[in-house]
Amino acid sequence: MLNRIDKSIPLYFSAAVSVLIFFIFVSLAVGVEKTPDPVNESSAQIQIPPAPPTNVVAQDIPNDKGGAITISWDKSADDGGGAKNVTKYEILKSTQKDAGYKVIGNTTAGATFFSDNTAPNGVPYFYKIRALSPAGSSESLPSAPAFAKRQWFDLSRLSLFILSLIIGFAIFYFIEKAKSDKGLFIRKIAGLEAVDDAVGRATEMGRKIIFVPGIMDMDSMQTIAGITILGRVAKLAAEYEAKLEVPVCTSLVMVTAREVVKEAYLNAGRPDSYNDNMVYYVTNDQFAYAAALDGLFLRERPAAVFLQGQFYAESLLLAETANSVGAIQIAGTAMPTQLPFFVAACDYTLIGEELFAASAYLSKDPKLLGSLKGQDVGKFIFLLVILIGVVLLTLNSVLGLNLPDLKVLFQGI
Amino acid sequence: MRREVPLVLTAIVGITMIIAHFLPPLNSLKDLFEDWFFIIAAFAIILGILNLILVNGNNIYRKQKGWPFGVVVILGFLIMTIIGLGFSGGKSFQDPGTPFYYLYTNVYSPLSATMFALLAFFVASASYRAFRARNIEATMLLLAAFILMIGRVPIGYWFSDWLGDALGKTADWIMDFPQTAGQRAIMIGIALGVVSSALRVILGLERTYTSGE
Amino acid sequence: MDEMANREKKTLWENLLSIDRRIIFIFIALAIALPLFFKTSLKMPVSPVVQEVYNAIESLPAGSKVLISFDFDPGSMPELQPMAESFFRHCFRKNLKVIIMGLWPQGPIQANIALDKIFRELKEEEKAVKVPRYGIDYVNLGFTAGNEVVIDRMGHDFQESYPADAKGTPLSKIPLMQGVKNYDNIDLILNLSAGYPGTQEWVQYGVDVFHVKLAAGNTAVQAPSMYPYVQTGQLTGVLGGMKGGAEYELALKRPAKAVSYMFSQAIAHVVICLFIIIGNIAFFTLRKKKTLKLEK
Repeated sequence: MLNRIDKSIPLYFSAAVSVLIFFIFVSLAVGVEKTPDPVNESSAQIQIPPAPPTNVVAQDIPNDKGGAITISWDKSADDGGGAKNVTKYEILKSTQKDAGYKVIGNTTAGATFFSDNTAPNGVPYFYKIRALSPAGSSESLPSAPAFAKRQWFDLSRLSLFILSLIIGFAIFYFIEKAKSDKGLFIRKIAGLEAVDDAVGRATEMGRKIIFVPGIMDMDSMQTIAGITILGRVAKLAAEYEAKLEVPVCTSLVMVTAREVVKEAYLNAGRPDSYNDNMVYYVTNDQFAYAAALDGLFLRERPAAVFLQGQFYAESLLLAETANSVGAIQIAGTAMPTQLPFFVAACDYTLIGEELFAASAYLSKDPKLLGSLKGQDVGKFIFLLVILIGVVLLTLNSVLGLNLPDLKVLFQGI
Repeated sequence: MRREVPLVLTAIVGITMIIAHFLPPLNSLKDLFEDWFFIIAAFAIILGILNLILVNGNNIYRKQKGWPFGVVVILGFLIMTIIGLGFSGGKSFQDPGTPFYYLYTNVYSPLSATMFALLAFFVASASYRAFRARNIEATMLLLAAFILMIGRVPIGYWFSDWLGDALGKTADWIMDFPQTAGQRAIMIGIALGVVSSALRVILGLERTYTSGE
Repeated sequence: MDEMANREKKTLWENLLSIDRRIIFIFIALAIALPLFFKTSLKMPVSPVVQEVYNAIESLPAGSKVLISFDFDPGSMPELQPMAESFFRHCFRKNLKVIIMGLWPQGPIQANIALDKIFRELKEEEKAVKVPRYGIDYVNLGFTAGNEVVIDRMGHDFQESYPADAKGTPLSKIPLMQGVKNYDNIDLILNLSAGYPGTQEWVQYGVDVFHVKLAAGNTAVQAPSMYPYVQTGQLTGVLGGMKGGAEYELALKRPAKAVSYMFSQAIAHVVICLFIIIGNIAFFTLRKKKTLKLEK
């Protein structure tokens, strides 16, 4: 059992950290050096100018919030070598066709695009491109007028929008429907069935349960799914009076996991058994975290290890070490690259979507189960689209037809 | 109130982020929320560091089991921070020649690489234990593993050069087709799982993470 | 006597079925370490996914701008650092302009380590070649927090994520960055990735949204999950692990670190295969014995 922290220690270390933070600011202030301005390549005497760029086209950037125009042009004939070799292009802008041009930016030789992000909506602008070389400069003819527009809807994402609506609606529909329908079937997930046994085993052996919620932050759905399972494990641990330890990799996960474990102990009627030190921060560094956990596994020889969340290369380092100390291991991740490692080294593994289904499975809440059914509708749509795509492409290549390609529908995504 | 506020906030931010993906004028709101996340996460690091120092400081103070590790943690933290911020030329601290660069290349790099290198050993022991031809599926898995392991190293080429690098080509085929097909299926399942979980969180059905039941 | 011999035999098979992991570790250590002392020239074909990456750089005209995102830390250095060095060698050989950035805090330092090595090499070996100048031939923008959001914002304007380079020089004062507004002004993006954020995020936020041309180097573990993107053309090509790095060095006709380590990797693979075979032989022998016993 972790002891409560002595009151004087926080004070002592807080003072040390304050000094350190002060030191950080001072050193940052002192450390900012003046960097010498890099040499500008200056253009020399003006003699024979290069050929001007041609075909300048200005147009509103589609599907944006407005305020931007994209300008494209064909390179100067002298871009790419020779005595009159172009060194850069300057972009000029004006509200009048024949006068008032000002340089608004430049590009290196070879470039044929520029985005002007300083164009207010609805104001027509003319653009010219100036090619510069050591021997002089020349300007293109002005472009046709263009003005920036705000688009309220990004049309390039229409297919994604429709797909999201259908899947979202399906999930929503089945959640609603599930409220009245109590008999939703969900297949057995062995890994989740084993949670009770693992906690029970730890209690019998008098050894710890270590829960690892992956190495990512709270913005990962996998971490959230892992934390959900932690809630269940913590509740069981509280009921069985088993010892739980949650070393985490990021600070936000620490804060969240503490809340969840605390609540679980409260719900189990054992708030006194909860201690903030059950959940603690180790380090953000992937391999340092793996090293710390491996050390912990070897010293504590936990009876059960839960690896639930988003894992990377540390997956096998953790799983194999926990295996070597004889811990029962229940892993779960949606990282396709790490799944083979978990399957090889752990007793049970929640594969991909099983991790996300865990909360519904464990709580048996019909609303959550309904969302799983909605998810299946999404899967069915995916299968259908894949099937149609495959048939179309096969017909095209076998019969030499020119049927529409489904790829077009999903280009904007 | 303690339960409702987080749920309402989650719903507002979540729905805004989804809508902003399709409505360009809302992009700046999306950017704002993203900035907030990084600011919160950055400040949370201070919490993490304080916790790290407290837990390890307490272990050392009470001479608990494994307290020397706590000394290493605190010393490592202080040395790297002080040298990096104070004695490594300000913003040029990452340049070759600075004390920070020296510590990075000679202490941090070898330690990290060693941890990653352990994978080679653990892969060997795990695959020795797990790869047993118990049934047809396991046998196929085993065969595929053999072809890949040998086919993707020069020895495989040396073995099957006379067959037109049959091993290497089979390995490439396994990677390109059965492997990719499996990856895709898992990716689609996961993507849908993420969508459905995210919706559950936004709709307030999933509350464990806000410490609700 | 017979019974005793039988028992000994049995324990032998049983032992082979559960070899102590430490014995396996020793064999692996030897298999990896010993070949490092031998200089061998192993032949290896360059696979198409690697050749594509090579072609993508090779086809760029001098002066083109290449953005290299270093999204890894020293942990994956053995796999990704040789790739980083090869990318630099290739880019500088072709007189391409290199913009370095990192979505991982350690990334830009890894770039500095690779550059340091390449510059020393250039000074020693290829005296004719000019050593690239900072700000003109290459620039290191450093690390910015924000993961995929950084990729997204750079698509609108680099300044949104990087107002200045790693040393604090404003981008507007760096000659190389003149005219670099966003991805429109970048000819190719290379990404060296060991996880999140990495190639997957570059594909989802860079390629899919801004239609950039992307090629990547990945750790061997992660590479398989990039194959779907290569097939769809979202990713130009991918170097997977040490093998990918070695093939790239061969494509570049400049064998270096990765090629020299391939022999170790090959032997290690063979040793792992041998252990699996031993385990299976023991497994089948014991199972046969058990069924024989049951039949009796």
